[in-house]
Amino acid sequence: MNNPLLRGLTQSRYSRRDAIRVAGFSAAGLALAACGVSGQKAAAPKPSEVADFWSTQKKNGQVVFANWPEYMPEDQGPLKKFQAATGISYEYKEVIQENADFFGKSEPQLRAGQPLGYDIVVMTNGLQLAKMIQLGYLVALDHKQLPNFNANAGPKYKNPSFDPNNQFTIPWQAGVTGIAYNTKYVDEDITSIQSMFDKKYEGKVGMMADAQEIANFGLFAVGVDPDKSTQADWEKAGAKLKEQRDSGVVRKYYDQSYIDAVAKGDIWLAQAWSGDVFQRQLAGEPVKFVVPSEGGTIWIDNMAIPKGAANPVDALMLMDYMYLPEIAAELTEYIQYVTPVPGVQPILAAKDDKDAKALAESSLIFPTDADYAKLRSYKTLTAAEETVFNGIFQTITQG
Amino acid sequence: MGRRAPYWLALPGWIWLGIFLVVPIAAMASVSLTTGNLIDGFAQTLSVSNYSDAIAKYSTQLVRSLVYGGVATLLMLLLGYPVAYWIAFKGGSRKSMYLFLLLLPFFVSFVLRTISWGFLLADDGILFGTLKGWGLLPADFHVLATTVAVIGGLVYNFLPFMILPIYVALERVDPRVVEAAYDLYASRLDAFRRVVLPLSLPGVFAGVLMTFVPATADPVNAAVLGGTGNTMIGNIIQTEYLVNSNYPTASALSFTLMAVLLIGIFIYARTLGTDNVLEAAAR
Repeated sequence: MNNPLLRGLTQSRYSRRDAIRVAGFSAAGLALAACGVSGQKAAAPKPSEVADFWSTQKKNGQVVFANWPEYMPEDQGPLKKFQAATGISYEYKEVIQENADFFGKSEPQLRAGQPLGYDIVVMTNGLQLAKMIQLGYLVALDHKQLPNFNANAGPKYKNPSFDPNNQFTIPWQAGVTGIAYNTKYVDEDITSIQSMFDKKYEGKVGMMADAQEIANFGLFAVGVDPDKSTQADWEKAGAKLKEQRDSGVVRKYYDQSYIDAVAKGDIWLAQAWSGDVFQRQLAGEPVKFVVPSEGGTIWIDNMAIPKGAANPVDALMLMDYMYLPEIAAELTEYIQYVTPVPGVQPILAAKDDKDAKALAESSLIFPTDADYAKLRSYKTLTAAEETVFNGIFQTITQG
Repeated sequence: MGRRAPYWLALPGWIWLGIFLVVPIAAMASVSLTTGNLIDGFAQTLSVSNYSDAIAKYSTQLVRSLVYGGVATLLMLLLGYPVAYWIAFKGGSRKSMYLFLLLLPFFVSFVLRTISWGFLLADDGILFGTLKGWGLLPADFHVLATTVAVIGGLVYNFLPFMILPIYVALERVDPRVVEAAYDLYASRLDAFRRVVLPLSLPGVFAGVLMTFVPATADPVNAAVLGGTGNTMIGNIIQTEYLVNSNYPTASALSFTLMAVLLIGIFIYARTLGTDNVLEAAAR
């Protein structure tokens, strides 16, 4: 599998953000159009309602898990162990390719009160997950049935700003957005985000097409914490990013395909997601990942139960089972993103396996406190803010 | 039944079109006049300003798409006509095989074919890496992330839709008609210009229609092969729908694109003399 063309044609992952997005964008709008669209903003559920809901639910012995590609060992070991331990049979579907696309397709169904057919979905903290919560499309979780999560999740993965008290979501995996660079072409140690704006790398810099991702880098470059940014900051960051584009430094605004581009040298530096880079390093490709000194963002892919799910109790059990340290360690070994379970590190370190030990020592998988100190979160935007925000940053990526 | 049978047989087709074309288009027209957002809801306000705002905001991408689509169509015509001609008149007993070869790429998905272009044309990939290694190209030469790559991708992806209709038209040209032209002292060029070409125009018309419309609206090639400043209107509509959930603007842009394409085709049909073309096609 060293032939890049072959690998490209057979690997599903690199196109996950793009290829599928192309397919079905009309369905959402059309279905909405037919019935007219009224406001759906939902009030937060009362604790008593949540308790009432869960008291009527029973274990059904089956669960359907919708997740992203390459987010589960190929032998599905953790799920098989779950089935053996609980007697619950599972269906695992790699149907989520992109947050916006998944939301766009699911929204009309959820609005019409129809079940999606999934008991667990995984979505990144961001605009779409915020909308799922705001529109009342997620089931409030019963934390009494999540003992492993409460015992084993790291403090940084509890009570996030986008979902206070983990009312609707618990983390699946997390990752960091930083800079990836190809050491075959870049002969200095990249430490600063300013390198991404350096004329020296004209036409060799890849930025992400996602409005929030490039906004975050623009904000770091002008010295602002994205989570605390205001409209004035966005405009400043936007001007900086526009200059970066117009001076020819940026080659292209990428989706998931950036990692191939940087690995084969089309671009030398790119905004990157940590796990992608680590997987490429293990494959022997000359790529390096760094959290820039100005800061990087940490994002979390979260498990949630969509409204109308047929097997909510079984879903909760599966979600909680993934928080057993041994199970979480098995996931990390394959996925190589940041695990929300700190207990995974000693397990991997104790393994008699060079690769596992390397993972335990990697700051990409277990960021140090110094790394965490540099990491910031996405800003949660209101609908009105989103319009302004997208107006500023999409005109850069889609000019 | 009897004489009415054809009408009854056509009924399912009409119902199909009614449900899956007319109803969605009407619904989209209605959405394009609403205002609001996903969280607070969209209200029907008959605001035509959606159109003027969308056009003002995205005129660059709209014009760019028409230019890309137009250039790609022209290139396809120049490349495709000789191929169609060659298969129709010189293909002999292997015609079907050539046509099959033409359609062979369609057995691989559109998106995947476009992505594999990305691998083929990588800066240091199989092709350019080798040429650069031989010193035939400067080190910073690249095709990906340029206008050339986007238009090249469009031409590659839609070329068969240009060739096939032209082939069908040429295939129907009676060789005896051409012979008669020679008998009447027409030179080869005259025979082509005054006999074959006019007879093939219905195919050219259909080919241009089948390529210009999808090429102009295509979001895939710009997304996969383009760079900064190559965004086409299809990408904008997609972003407005999926990422921004801004259904009114997306619908307004779709209708604008549809209107522009229809007007373009109308003018084209007029200048080419559709009456003759359609008559010839109906024969």
